[in-house]
Formats: sequence, structure tokens, C-alpha cells
Amino acid sequence: MRPGEKRFGIGRVVAFAVLALMAIGWLMPFLWAIATAFKTEADAASDRTWIGSEGPTTDAFGAMLSNGNVWIWAFNSLWTSLVITLLTVAISALAAYAFSRMRFTGRRWLFAVIVAAIIIPPQVLIIPLFYEMLAFNMVDTPWGLMLPQIVAPAMVFILKQFFDGVPLELEDAARVDGAGRLRVFWSIVLPLSRPVMAAVAIFVFIGAWNNFLWPFLVINDTNLMTLPTGLQTVIDAHGIQYAQTMAQAVLAATPLIVVFLFFQRQIVKGIATTGFGGR
Amino acid sequence: MTATVDTPITRATTRTKPATAPAGRNREQLVSWAFLAPFLIAFVLFLVWPLAHGLYLSFTNQSLTGAGGSWVGFDNYREALTDSTMWRALGTTVLFTVVSTIPLVLIALVMALLVHRGLPGQWLWRLAFFMPFLLASTVISQIWVWIFNPDIGAANAVLGKIGIGPIAWLQDPDVNLYAIVIATVWWTVGFNFLLYLAALQNIPDQHYEAAALDGAGPWRQLWSITLPQLVPATVLIVMLQILASLKLFDQAYQMLIGLSTDTTRPIVQYIFESGFVGYRFGYSAAISYVFFALIIIVGVFQMTAMNRRRSLS
Repeated sequence: MRPGEKRFGIGRVVAFAVLALMAIGWLMPFLWAIATAFKTEADAASDRTWIGSEGPTTDAFGAMLSNGNVWIWAFNSLWTSLVITLLTVAISALAAYAFSRMRFTGRRWLFAVIVAAIIIPPQVLIIPLFYEMLAFNMVDTPWGLMLPQIVAPAMVFILKQFFDGVPLELEDAARVDGAGRLRVFWSIVLPLSRPVMAAVAIFVFIGAWNNFLWPFLVINDTNLMTLPTGLQTVIDAHGIQYAQTMAQAVLAATPLIVVFLFFQRQIVKGIATTGFGGR
Repeated sequence: MTATVDTPITRATTRTKPATAPAGRNREQLVSWAFLAPFLIAFVLFLVWPLAHGLYLSFTNQSLTGAGGSWVGFDNYREALTDSTMWRALGTTVLFTVVSTIPLVLIALVMALLVHRGLPGQWLWRLAFFMPFLLASTVISQIWVWIFNPDIGAANAVLGKIGIGPIAWLQDPDVNLYAIVIATVWWTVGFNFLLYLAALQNIPDQHYEAAALDGAGPWRQLWSITLPQLVPATVLIVMLQILASLKLFDQAYQMLIGLSTDTTRPIVQYIFESGFVGYRFGYSAAISYVFFALIIIVGVFQMTAMNRRRSLS
């Protein structure tokens, strides 16, 4: 509510109506997918109503969950995404802190190189990266899947922007008391950076959880696949089974939706505190 | 690339204290490099080295199987530049970028402006618009393959009610790129929406209070305060969106599997197909670099535009 706005103006009513229509439009495909997940395959392939002619059923969920691979893929997705997120945030934050607070030879040009690297699309690197993974014997291993994903120059840039805004006095006081750089970083800067770290971590996690191209190239072993590539093999093998596919869609999305619901305020705040959109 | 790197450097912190003694200075150097080392090692191993090696490969006839690998000079590039499939893939990618960026920015702006008005149900609006972004490309592809199914899909069911259709969304080569655009807008607009929402929160309330005192109504405030304040964010969002749209692959590949891909093959898919289906790593690397050149041109163009704007203001 902005100052100068009436609480029940006609504008608010119109805005609410437009917003509600858009929200319905945006939720509809997902709701339709959920409805289909509760149909029989026969209904899903032919029936256009919300509830199929044979009534709602959890058959599709049952069929999907009895496929042991789905559990393995979900587990793989979870732990690889967590490791990628942890490593990315850790190495990016340390580097960003050095760029923000320390003075060392070559700082400017090194930071310039990293910022310039933001523009490099990972898709351009798939051939040489695959080659490198062959040389390291990392094709078809979790490390081959994870390591190339931990380099995120954009995150270094975002975190440095944030650290630049943290008051220097807090750190100086601690340093006078004899705390080392790492100690200052760990016990003063990191706690102050929680919102921006949460925002960065969540975007890295979503990216890793949903990444398709790289896992698709580097992993062939069914037991090492993540959900996106694993589900694709099922679709390729059996053709599309709409009810089961939608059940998988709903299940694969649920953990991220829960995480987002918990952290959504922090995420927006985190983006805002990076000075996004400021001059 | 100097244009790209100018801005952050000039803003680099100058608040760091000057080193007092040479001994302290050496120690500071050592500590700095210790902080940087983990990132730099990964940066060199998984970004700088592949970038350089890819450039080398693009001048060889390397195959996936390890055969070949001899220097062929500019042959791959000569072939790429006369390869009509490559040009069509590049054209498809550029068309997709233009057609998708406009709604992805405008719809996100409208969403954010409406949500920021503080209407009841904040969490629900945010969730509704952002949720699709949380879905994997495999998942959204299957949802939209089903919606776009010409016989049983929801899209034709809705259009049928108002007397249009039926449209063969994914099968018709004149339409399927736009079908991909629709699915992509639904899938990713939430990210831009969050960025706009964050930018709106950064506009100080005093601006509105002052305007209200001057008797400016809501529309006047929108035109004179909100939209001008959003210009820097918009420039950044458009830039990020163009770079993201140029990388089109996942959803197009998965939604059009087995369908006529010749007119709707994005450049990233052609890179993948030349390397991993045609086994021609050298040629694939060369196309990667043609694509990269396009990205650099776009990037430099955007940076110059941004810098000009900044020097004007």
C-alpha cells in the first residue's frame, strides 16, 4: 500500500481482477497436469474433463513409484544439487570477499576477466569439457557431472557487490582484537550476508536440480542419472504415458516448491539487497 | 572485451586500507590468493581451459572416437559459413530470442507492478508466477507436449470453444517455434518477475510521498516515478533475457523430439548434434565459436548502450 492510495479504490479492484486472471492462467497448466496425474492412462489419452470417466485414481503414482529408478534419480538429483550448491557458494563467496576487501597484485584485471566470463554460455564449452572429462576418466561419474557446474562467475560478481556494501567498521573492530581474515569472514561477514547467500544458493540449486544438457551428455549409467535425464529415458523408451509423466512432474517439482514457499520472502529480499536495479 | 569490463573496475572498492609494512603486505597477498585459489582453480579447469581447448579443436578434424585430430586450418569455419543448416539454426535462435524476449520482459513487468501494489494474497501471487520456473525442462516439456496435442490437448480445447483451430502446434513447422515461445514464457517469466519485484522494493518511499503531496495520482506516479526508476533494472533484465534466450535448447529439443527439427533446430542443438550424433568434435567446436561470436557481438552492443546511458545521466 503506497502513500496516497485509497484502500478500496476502483484501481485496486481492477488490479486484483487482472492479477487473479493472470494467476489462474499461470496455475492452469500445472493444475491440469495434477488432474491428469490422477487419471487412468486411458482417460489421460482421451478424456478432456478434469476428472476422467473412470474416476480419480492414484494408479499413475503407484506405477511410477514402483519403478525403483525414480527413487535413485531423485536421490542423485538431491545430493548432487546440494554438493554443487555448497561448493559453488563456498568458492564464490571466498573469491568475492578477497575481491571486495583485500589488496593484491592483479586484482583489477583478474576481476575484469571473471566479470567478462559471465557472458560465456556453458553450451559453447560442451565439446572441450566432455573431452576433458574423458581425459580425467570422469565421464559417467558424479564428479564429472558436478565439477563443471561449480564455476559461476556471475555469483562472484553478485556477492562482491553485496560485500562492498557491508560496513568496514565491523570488521576493523574484530581485526583490532586480533581475528584473522578467515575468522572475520566466517563470524562477521557471513552472518550479515544470510539473505543474499540464501538467494544465491537457491538459484544455484534450482539450476543444478533442473540442468539437462550436461547430465544428458556426461552420464550414461542409469544408476547415476538425475531426475531430468532419467525421466527422459523413460519417455524415450515407452513413448509418452501422460498420467505417469504428469505424476512424475508433480513429484519432481514438489521439493522445490516447498523450499520456495519457505524462503520466498528471503529470496526477493536477497535479490533486493544486492542493490539490484539501483543506480 | 574492454567494453564489458570497464564498469565494475571503476567501481572497485577503494576503501581497502593501504598496506602499512612490506611484511604485512606480503602476508595480505598470501591470504588473498588463499581465498581466491579454490575458485580460480575451478575457473581455469572448467572454463578457461575448455575455452582455449575448444578453440584449438575447432581447427582440427577431431572426432569423438579419438580418430583424426590433425590440423585443418580454417576448413571447419569455411564449411560452417557455407552450411545452410548452420545459418538456419542461427536464424531460428535469433528469431526465438526476439519473439520471446518481448513478452518475457513486458509480462514480468506487469506482474511485478500488480503484485507490488500490496494486494492481499502476496505469497499466492508470487508462487503462481514463479512456480513454473522451479520445474525441470523435462517436466515442462511433457506438460506442454500434452497441452499442444492437436487431438486431446487443452490448447485446442480452449481455442475450439471460441471457434478457432484445430492447430497442429508442434507438428506444423510454421507454428512450432511460437509454441515453444509460449511454453518458455510460461516457464521462465517468473525469474524476471522476481527481479522486477526486487527492483520495485528498492525505490524509496519518499519519492511517492513527495509526489502524493504534489497531488500526483496513481497513474502519474507510475509514469513519473516507478517506470523511470525501473529503467536500470529493465536494461539488465533485457540483457540477461537475450543471453538466456540465445541459449535455447532443452525445451525445444524435448518438445520436438521426432518432429521436423530442420526448421526449428536452435544453434545449441546443432552444436550437440554435430558433436555427439555426427561425432565431429572439430566441426562442432567451430560452430560453438561462431555462436560465441554472436553472443560477444550482442554483449558488446549491450554494454556500449549501457555505458552511453550511464555517461548521459
